[in-house]
Amino acid sequence: MIEGRSDRIFKVMSHIVMVLVSLAAVLPMLLLAASSLTENAILLKNGYSYFPEKWTLDNYKYILENSDKIFKAYSISIVLTVTGTTLGTAITVLLGYGLSRPNLPGKSVLMIFVVVTMLFNGGLVPTYMNYSNTFHLKNTFLGLLIPGLLMNGFHVMLVKSYFTVSVPQEIMDAAEIDGASEFRKFSKVALPLAVPIIATIALFVGIAYWNDWNNGYIYLSTNTDLYSIQNLLNRMQQNLQFITQNASTMSIGTAAKDIPSEGVRMAISVLGVLPILIVYPFVQRFFIKGITLGGVKG
Amino acid sequence: MRMGEKKRSLMRFKRFLPIYLMMLPGLLYLFINSYMPLPGLVLAFKNYNANKGIYGSPWVGFKNFKYLFANDAWYITRNTILYNLAFIVVNTCLAIAIAIILSEMSSKMKKVYQSSILMPFMLSTVIVSYLVYAFLGTDYGQLNSLLVKLGGQPISWYVESKYWPFILVFVNAWKGVGYSCIVYIATITGFDTSYYEAAVMDGASKWQQIRLITIPLLKSTVIMMTVLAIGRIFYSDFGLFYQVPRNSGALFRVTNTIDTYVYRSLLELGDINMSAAAGFYQSIVGFLLVIGTNLLLRKKDPENAIF
Repeated sequence: MIEGRSDRIFKVMSHIVMVLVSLAAVLPMLLLAASSLTENAILLKNGYSYFPEKWTLDNYKYILENSDKIFKAYSISIVLTVTGTTLGTAITVLLGYGLSRPNLPGKSVLMIFVVVTMLFNGGLVPTYMNYSNTFHLKNTFLGLLIPGLLMNGFHVMLVKSYFTVSVPQEIMDAAEIDGASEFRKFSKVALPLAVPIIATIALFVGIAYWNDWNNGYIYLSTNTDLYSIQNLLNRMQQNLQFITQNASTMSIGTAAKDIPSEGVRMAISVLGVLPILIVYPFVQRFFIKGITLGGVKG
Repeated sequence: MRMGEKKRSLMRFKRFLPIYLMMLPGLLYLFINSYMPLPGLVLAFKNYNANKGIYGSPWVGFKNFKYLFANDAWYITRNTILYNLAFIVVNTCLAIAIAIILSEMSSKMKKVYQSSILMPFMLSTVIVSYLVYAFLGTDYGQLNSLLVKLGGQPISWYVESKYWPFILVFVNAWKGVGYSCIVYIATITGFDTSYYEAAVMDGASKWQQIRLITIPLLKSTVIMMTVLAIGRIFYSDFGLFYQVPRNSGALFRVTNTIDTYVYRSLLELGDINMSAAAGFYQSIVGFLLVIGTNLLLRKKDPENAIF
């Protein structure tokens, strides 16, 4: 096929546009990385820069040497993400599978029960009251784990439609004729066919847990020992904000002591993104699949 | 006969018992997380007293709402809706443009581009606020360094509210376009290739193919995505509006949305009544909008309605 002149122009133009767009997406992250490798004095002199006058690993050394808090927050993020992802994915897949069984008695009532949670929610105040007054999750690890993130109706529906569409009813019927129990049909027939949707749900839940700062912010009011890495980063930023806003009226010394330098803060945030950047190339496929599923089905 | 039927349904229930047990944890969680808070909505009509609890606190009728609507309701509603509208327009246009460009490409670079633009979506809003700060920080930020270099005056970005509508729309697009784009790419990939083959036979250029085939075919997806987004127009990304402006008081007039307002009233100002009223207002109007848009979808595009 011969390419017309205008088609060639189109091709060149589209690469130029996409290179610019991709750079716009990625460059801010490189600025973060570059400033975490900049000597603090230089950063204070020249500001944030992609090409610092002098590169250094001092910020990371500082983190290693003063690692207690950061290390702890990091471990909490990891434990939280692993626990939350495992539990959340498990209960989502189990519920979604149940709803996909064609002859289940009471199925329509259960479906309504799930769909209503997608349409209506009480909002922050009733939820907060429920978890803090009824369940006493304030200042506990469960306060990070349970509220909102563990499961949602939307993921349940994704799993349900996956089982309905991608696990042929004939195979399930054949297993039933062979005398397989309901549990056996699930574990031996349906589950092995559902690996892609399980991976997709796990990925979405996992990212939500790793990135979450909301639960810690709301439910860990006094117990800062349980701060995840996101909460720690958030707290540092707030302390800084507090100082700049009150600089004239108070002695800065006491509050400033707790706040690491600009470069160190950038280094901690790089560590906060790192796990995501490491898994990103491997999970991207599932991520795109999940978005496509979700986008096409509401 | 009746006995037999009863026995059969009992047998059926017994057979499905393992399934019910499997579903139980999930159902229980939904009950705890989504249903148990609902009675707490009555707080909007009460004057909350921590010692008396939700049910013991005295009723005050619509007093909380009167106060809310006399003061802050207007501007937080305006902010929430206008930002969402801007997000819908800007993100949809950018996402469609990028999706069309990417789906015309066949080279390996396509994957690289797609991965790059999706990456910001994976970041937490705390990290995003650090990134934005690296650009907008008053003393060391990139933008001010640039301004000074060009001979201008540095700007105190976190105090000047007039810039924030643009900053937030930009940040939201930066974070979200890669995501919306994927839906459109998937749609375009699903188009019947024979249209394009016929167009090429007739000597149509790429531009003509995009204008006369791709865009018209995308219309129904765009409408559907927009309707869904309108259904969520009363809700906002709390992180974006709370973290990215660094909770700066000088910016509240243009950065406060219903979500941030509910949060601040509850946990920073301790004004539970106001927070409950604003939350109630959001839940009810938000619910009506979701129902409304779903009815609309059910008429036009039944496959994509939630119910």
